Amino acid sequence: MDERPGFGLYVHWPFCQSKCPYCDFNSHVSASVDHVAWREALASEIRRSAAETGSRVIDTIFFGGGTPSLMPPETVGAVIEAARSSWTASNDMEITLEANPTSVEAGRFQAYADAGVNRVSVGVQSLVEDDLRALGRLHSVEEARAAVATAQQIFPRVSFDLIYARQNQTLESWRNELAQALSMSSGHLSLYQLTIEPSTAFGDRFSKGSLRGLPDEDLGADMFDLTQDMTEAAGLPAYETSNHASLGHEARHNLIYWRSGEWVGVGPGAHGRLSLPEGRTATETHLAPLKWLAAVRDEGSGESLRIQLSPEDVREEAVLMGLRLGEGVSLDGLKNVKAINELTELGLIEVASDRVRLTRKGKPLLNAILRQLLT
Amino acid sequence: MTDLARIRNFSIVAHIDHGKSTLADRLIQLTGTVAERDMKAQMLDSMDIERERGITIKANTVRIEYPAKDGQTYILNLIDTPGHVDFAYEVSRSMRAVEGSLLVVDASQGVEAQTLANVYQAIDANHEIVPVLNKIDLPAAEPARVKEQIEDVIGIDASQALEISAKTGLGIPEVLEAIVTRLPAPKGDRDAPLKAMLVDSWYDSYLGVVVMIRIIDGVVRKGDMIKMMQTGARYGIDKLAVLKPQMVDIKELGPGEIGIFTASIKQVRDTRVGDTITHEKRPCAKALPGFKPSIPVVFCGLFPVDANDFDDLRDAIEKLQLNDASFTAEMETSAALGFGFRCGFLGLLHLEVIRDRLEREYDIDLITTAPSVVYHIHMKDGTMRELHNPADMPDLTYVERIEEPRIKATILVPDEYLGAVLKLCEDRRGIQMDLTYAGQRAMVVYDLPLNEVVFDFYDRLKSVTKGYASFDYQMQGYREDKLVKMSILVNDEPVDALSMMVHRDRADARGRAMCEKLKELIPRHMFKIPIQAAIGGKVIARETLSALRKDVTAKCYGGDATRKKKLLEKQKAGKKKMRQFGKVEIPQEAFINALKMDS
Repeated sequence: MDERPGFGLYVHWPFCQSKCPYCDFNSHVSASVDHVAWREALASEIRRSAAETGSRVIDTIFFGGGTPSLMPPETVGAVIEAARSSWTASNDMEITLEANPTSVEAGRFQAYADAGVNRVSVGVQSLVEDDLRALGRLHSVEEARAAVATAQQIFPRVSFDLIYARQNQTLESWRNELAQALSMSSGHLSLYQLTIEPSTAFGDRFSKGSLRGLPDEDLGADMFDLTQDMTEAAGLPAYETSNHASLGHEARHNLIYWRSGEWVGVGPGAHGRLSLPEGRTATETHLAPLKWLAAVRDEGSGESLRIQLSPEDVREEAVLMGLRLGEGVSLDGLKNVKAINELTELGLIEVASDRVRLTRKGKPLLNAILRQLLT
Repeated sequence: MTDLARIRNFSIVAHIDHGKSTLADRLIQLTGTVAERDMKAQMLDSMDIERERGITIKANTVRIEYPAKDGQTYILNLIDTPGHVDFAYEVSRSMRAVEGSLLVVDASQGVEAQTLANVYQAIDANHEIVPVLNKIDLPAAEPARVKEQIEDVIGIDASQALEISAKTGLGIPEVLEAIVTRLPAPKGDRDAPLKAMLVDSWYDSYLGVVVMIRIIDGVVRKGDMIKMMQTGARYGIDKLAVLKPQMVDIKELGPGEIGIFTASIKQVRDTRVGDTITHEKRPCAKALPGFKPSIPVVFCGLFPVDANDFDDLRDAIEKLQLNDASFTAEMETSAALGFGFRCGFLGLLHLEVIRDRLEREYDIDLITTAPSVVYHIHMKDGTMRELHNPADMPDLTYVERIEEPRIKATILVPDEYLGAVLKLCEDRRGIQMDLTYAGQRAMVVYDLPLNEVVFDFYDRLKSVTKGYASFDYQMQGYREDKLVKMSILVNDEPVDALSMMVHRDRADARGRAMCEKLKELIPRHMFKIPIQAAIGGKVIARETLSALRKDVTAKCYGGDATRKKKLLEKQKAGKKKMRQFGKVEIPQEAFINALKMDS
């Protein structure tokens, strides 16, 4: 992997056809969207950000959401065009769009490719029909398979997501499902354990005790281990906690986050990190879509927060994000020698060539390891 | 000053929730003592904890003016007393300051153990007692049965009992009339030298120490030089007042009257409850008998969760002691918990109240170690040591025998739960002393070791009787038994704050229960942790807390960095609430919860 952290653009499209019960992202169901206004606002935000970052070479663009595959391809094209004219584009710029695998959305894939998208990440989530319903998804398994196949014909790089450790899922059924996923995949897979977040439909049901059949910690750990074994055997090892790729197929945009590179965030609720002359700076934009839109139109900026990070914040953030990666983080960022020694002794981390990495045993314990290293 | 014949001094005896504070509120309200707009519930309970728990901790008083049916206006002094056994000493001294009591009994619940203990104190103090059946408006009220019970269990005439509802106000005028007609007027000689009883004292942040007195003979005025007969201290009276219940200055107090004074007294310790106050120049001949001082029976360690809070804890303890001379504190050092205090309390409720006040009023997070009673360690060299802290247990080779304090427990319980109560008492090494019936209820008396009661006996009793049992106790002296010190080892490191004295025959069960409980209370770590109970070098119970297997956030992208950072800050704060024992972190609440047994 090229280890230059890079510079990317994140574009948040906040709209969905329906809200999934597990999702705590900034997503909204809206009857009508003024696409012209949104297109202009996104382009305007890109131009605003370029004013302070204009000399950079842009490596990646990522359309996330919400559901960016509900964006009109013209909007996607306009955003890419605005980025290309604001920054110098790298030769092999990665442009990713998150897509839902309904047949309608798959029908727009060619138009997205024409607009410049060269990688899609398809939200398959499950290859079990009943489980797709339980997860609140609007597509069928058949549609998902078809959408992945279509995408693989149209885009040079395709990834898809699955959620596991679902209600009533057994180790055997996950083995079976993951085997199917591996046979469908072309270089990249995101495999997430279901997380119950507060203020989601699942979160509410969980706190009322009505979300039954979730795997216990032991089964969750067994599923995680099985996932590592199967993806490694298939040549798609984890390069990050939940992301698996064959060599060279890693998501370069996401690597920018984990390697503490620089990125601009546009759209409602988008975060950014920039290394500016005054120091590393965190930015956020207004969360509510219409508030963001009005702020961009009326005030010329959707930004709601700008904080200069202390050297300590920067160091801790680099560890929080970087230890997720197979390549680990530089030893320079870690000060707690006692914790490093204890964790090494327990076989949970390893130190080599001035880098700290999680061992296979340490990977499922990342949060506990971070607590020990950083608190 | 008021004519003796027009004074009535009384207290109210009741079990918790039988309506004592509500009745007091009604008496205050009906006589217009407090303007309607200033009324609030539990008028006499000024501490937050009193209002929240619905209990009275400190004695309090109110002076009520009541125009009676005979055309005369009477001064009624109500001393409101705590009901709980921990504060029994407050009750006994308050009782000595008045001539009569209203015995309030819930007409549906009947007599409870706490009522019994307190009414016997009233009888001991030669009170005239007026039985009052409260909550008569409830459908479940059974006045005839409860009257019979009052006569059978307490042995006083209940034929003239008043039937009231403090909640609706029904029968309150009759209560006021009965106070005047049925309770005796105080006696006293206005011309004799001053003789006053020090009933209570407390610290007020504006006035300093405030002393409550009952005048027996003579007259006291503002500016008088007085002498405390036991301590010999002399003071000039700065302020003389009565409580209505707010302070109202008064020129003088004569025989039979109850009031308060201030006299530049620095701390509550300088006043001795039960002391006799007289004039310096013209002292009375003979002091009042005085009271036994209360002594702490339950001890535990209080440590700040954050070691940096130690100085704040010391200041807070000193401030609380200004107001509560019954609570003791000595500095203590624990290998695991650092600097803290070994504190003595009158009972567990007292312990909880003090701990709550330290945490709430002074905002200090505390670790409370296992409560312990005071053991008498008789050494082979013939000396005796008091052991307040199991960690200080001397080497057994020098110990001849160990004695523990025992109590006489009185429990009143409906028939159907009697079996469960007997089992509980037997399990706690109790010896049955008495078992009698009064109607549908049994009264059992047990001789129990205090250490089996201090922690969770009352909770267990409530749970096995669905809250229908009532319980009270008195200290009963010391007895030798087979007592041993049990240590707890977490990841092979002894945790001194968890060590405790137990009976040898119960040590195995107790040790197993402790280990199981700790296994639930200590969060899983990244390695497995043995938890052991041991007597000396011998392990008697063992559990293993298995290692954490999975704790990982599935998704973490650009927008999550800030959130992860905030979580980290929270974890840093949470870590301050943990104590490190070797490589193991133990949450603060584990120290107290580990002792709560399920059976």
